[in-house]
Amino acid sequence: MKEAISESVRDGSSVYIEGFTHLICFAAGHEIIRQGIKNLCAIRLTPDLVYDQMLEAGCISKMIYGWAGNPGVGSLHAFRRAVQKSEPNTIELEEYSHFGMVSRIQAGAAKLPFWPLHNYAGTNIPDNNPNIKTIICPFTGRELAAVPPLEPDVVILHCQRADNEGNAQAWGLYGTQKESAFAAKKVIVVAEEIVEASVIRSDPNRTIVPGFLVTHVVHEPWGCHPSFVQGHYDRDNDFYVKWDDISRERETYRNYLEEFVLGCKDRDAYTKKMGSQLMDQLRAKSRMCEGVDYGF
Amino acid sequence: MASKDKNYTPSEMMAVRASKELKDGDVVFVGIGLPNVACNLARETHAQSLYLIYESGAVGAQPERLPVSIGDPALVTGALSIVSQSEIFQNYLQGGRIQVGFLGGAQIDKYGNLNTTVIGDYAKPKVRLPGSGGACEIAVHAQKVLIVMRMSPKSFVEKCDYITSPGNFSLGKTRKEWGLPGAGPQTLITDLCVMTWSDAEGEFVVTELYPDVTREMVEAQCGWKPKFANKTRDAGVPTEIELKLLREKLDPQKLYL
Repeated sequence: MKEAISESVRDGSSVYIEGFTHLICFAAGHEIIRQGIKNLCAIRLTPDLVYDQMLEAGCISKMIYGWAGNPGVGSLHAFRRAVQKSEPNTIELEEYSHFGMVSRIQAGAAKLPFWPLHNYAGTNIPDNNPNIKTIICPFTGRELAAVPPLEPDVVILHCQRADNEGNAQAWGLYGTQKESAFAAKKVIVVAEEIVEASVIRSDPNRTIVPGFLVTHVVHEPWGCHPSFVQGHYDRDNDFYVKWDDISRERETYRNYLEEFVLGCKDRDAYTKKMGSQLMDQLRAKSRMCEGVDYGF
Repeated sequence: MASKDKNYTPSEMMAVRASKELKDGDVVFVGIGLPNVACNLARETHAQSLYLIYESGAVGAQPERLPVSIGDPALVTGALSIVSQSEIFQNYLQGGRIQVGFLGGAQIDKYGNLNTTVIGDYAKPKVRLPGSGGACEIAVHAQKVLIVMRMSPKSFVEKCDYITSPGNFSLGKTRKEWGLPGAGPQTLITDLCVMTWSDAEGEFVVTELYPDVTREMVEAQCGWKPKFANKTRDAGVPTEIELKLLREKLDPQKLYL
């Protein structure tokens, strides 16, 4: 992970740590904080706790996003402090709805100059975002919204399994994993498990990203905690709830970062801190599917 | 607001009343919080074949526990289909396949416009809220929208500080004039009453009062002067079975209730 981040993410890079509630690679966010990378343009539909932590650590100067809350719990306090009080630094916001974010990523993947969507009429959202334009459909004359492509410098995708080439297989909630890999300039694939290519080839429908798009492959079990990985471990919801208290004051927030991010040299050290009791509690109870016949 | 002689809370009443809006077989776009509880309650009671669709990509979910957010591994296990978010927004929502969308917000006006973005000025907000997420597109595209919100003069306002999700009349134009495909907010379920959209009045009108709630109590919590239907209906009360499901199965940790 150290190398993947230091070779891909620079001061000022645009970064998209992918994953909609599921498969959010906190391990990558923590490594970015440890490496002290600054002035990032951070892209996510939901910044979630991972960007809240990077914000408090002073890594982010711009955010392109759709919904900045603590999912199922409430507010993101570092985000609110940054916007309301410019603490620890001022951030620029480029705000869409989720549909707008997805559309931007699709345009980036398809290398089109814009993506049309039927949205935003009768709202204030375009007032604060000059990247949301109105276009007239050349066939029907209908007014539609259009957004430009989003092509992040680095996209970080977590998945259940990948081979050494980065052919990545994921199941459960996908977010925008497939599209974002094609939109990105560099792709880091992080996997719970590294498998032989034959495992990937035995179930090709499950592959979300082909290895030829991938610049780095990282093996990082438990890399998503407190987010979840279907079939591996559950969301640590108690942590998301506790986060509301931890993050409310800058002091308790700093203590958390000192202990669980800066105080851990890597993910192994983090999981040791998590402890086996919590890991046992979160480990998924197996639900195997029957499998399909790819014969011809 | 909990009164001594009632065996249920206002939140439980809201969840139960919201669940009644859902018919068996409806295709519902489910949101975080109380709507999540209401949809899962409907599925456990009168609408077993409700299609629960979550913006995270779960289609036909049958969660075995109350999902803690709109993205939860329990939404995947046993679902009919899992799709990418571009499919959810483009094919399911923009494609007009969603019959009912649930929304809430920090502010609402009498037209059903919702604000989940900022209190105060956008550039210098008093309170910075999470933003749209999928709310704007749900308000635009769902065939009809149900809103679930607790009443207070701060949240039921004459004018929203910011319109995140369009209601039935916004920024000087009707939905039709804006070309918005869905029918917009139809029912507003609060902790005191139910309001229904009235084309004739051009605003939400109070159509049901909860037990022991007076018109004055509703007026005191509403930032505009609410209109009342000539004859308000009785909203009913939660049954023992509904309360047991809510307390023991759907939200035993009382995250939302």
